[in-house]
Amino acid sequence: MTAALRVEGLHKAFGRHEVLRGIDLDVADHEVVCLIGASGSGKSTLLRCVNRLEPIQAGRIFLHGEEITRPRDVNVVRRRIGIVFQSFNLFPHMSVLRNVTLAPRDALGLSRREADERALALLDRFGLADKRDEFPDRLSGGQQQRVAIVRALAMQPELMLFDEVTSALDPELVAEVLEVIRELAAGGMTMLLATHEMSFAREVASTVCFLDAGRILEQGPPEQIFTEPREERTQRFLQRVLEAGRL
Amino acid sequence: MAVALLSTVVFFAIVVVVVTHAPGWPEVRRSFFSGHEFASTFPEIARAFVLNVEIFCIAEAIILAVALFLAVLRALPGPVFFPIRALVIVYTDVFRGLPTILVIAMLGFGAPGLGLSWVPTSVTFWGIVALVLIYSAYVSEVYRAGIESVHPSQEAAARSLGLTRWQAMRRVILPQAVRRVIPPLLNDFIGLQKDSALVGTIGAIEAFNQSQIDANATFNFTAYLAAATLFVAITIPLARFTDWLMLRDRRRRQAGALV
Repeated sequence: MTAALRVEGLHKAFGRHEVLRGIDLDVADHEVVCLIGASGSGKSTLLRCVNRLEPIQAGRIFLHGEEITRPRDVNVVRRRIGIVFQSFNLFPHMSVLRNVTLAPRDALGLSRREADERALALLDRFGLADKRDEFPDRLSGGQQQRVAIVRALAMQPELMLFDEVTSALDPELVAEVLEVIRELAAGGMTMLLATHEMSFAREVASTVCFLDAGRILEQGPPEQIFTEPREERTQRFLQRVLEAGRL
Repeated sequence: MAVALLSTVVFFAIVVVVVTHAPGWPEVRRSFFSGHEFASTFPEIARAFVLNVEIFCIAEAIILAVALFLAVLRALPGPVFFPIRALVIVYTDVFRGLPTILVIAMLGFGAPGLGLSWVPTSVTFWGIVALVLIYSAYVSEVYRAGIESVHPSQEAAARSLGLTRWQAMRRVILPQAVRRVIPPLLNDFIGLQKDSALVGTIGAIEAFNQSQIDANATFNFTAYLAAATLFVAITIPLARFTDWLMLRDRRRRQAGALV
């Protein structure tokens, strides 16, 4: 069976600074892959490259067997891949409902009624139905991030990317966002997450990849990575995380 | 509050005393502040002022559209669009650099002088064209500042959902950009209202030109005061409205930051 996402030999540099130096990665359908690693190890950049938000220097990316690195139209690719950012990036001049229906209507050509129905079903599923007419400024960070997830889901993507989606949240708001991701995992959504929430990664991931200086240094099932990491750098990283009380 | 009131009263009392005790005051009062002249010239000047209103309203409507178009052109990314961006930059540089009165004179006297039958000869028409050329350059810079003030993450979010560059601009960036620049846009509109008087220099009988005709006929400058009153009567309320909008905007943003 072809992988939902396949990344081959991906290289990315900002000017002379090499951020990704040959990433190879497979994500199977319904799999949840967590990227862990220190800040600057390339986790976020990898996600942005997969969504074609960043031009790449070398390598190929396939979505369900179809190469997306040299497509006719990047917009078609992005409609098939959802991404959620650390800083929510909701559109502040639109209501929650409009935030969610904008892309389905403008990019997919859904009618207003179809888009509203789809959006309301998702908002309802994640406990946000009563917020449909609110503006983003009036919501808590956790609610905003859940709306951002719903906004991406409304495009019915084949793959969801999460870029440290709880890093900008107050500690007491993290749980509600993780709960949404947990539910998506249970529902079989294919996901690639960059995260600092180690215990969550351990719980939800089918595969954990440790990134170091632009390479995947080690990957495997969470139990192996977290309890008996092979690489010394992985051990040191997890040791630091442990000392910081994040595991 | 009381201190402000007192110091204002004292200040203006001093100004009034100094001015009215100046040796030339009786002569100035007769030629600039004649109640009789004011009453007799005001209606005609007010009628002429209708032309000013027409000029700045028509010009403003065109300027808002043209300037937005220019700002969007200038925001086009990538090397392919460099010639377009360069053209817009040259345009804004040139027309912000030229004195308004010079452009009005060149077009007002020059364009009809070409003698082409399909070229309009109305000086009002060419006055409006000149104002549009000048003010579109200014206003496009205002729009550009607004567009650049929208954080790049907003465009990234829009594009990540599969919206095209143009959809992201129209739905996400421009609505936020325009909202932020409404106060400076109104500011430029006030400038335009005053500059509509410059169209009088090429022969349009607007309020300033009419007051000049009256002053020359009566050897009394009170007519200028009548014209000045009319301009101030519309620019000052708009200026206050602009200040109020800015204040409200600032309060809103501060309130938003606390959430």
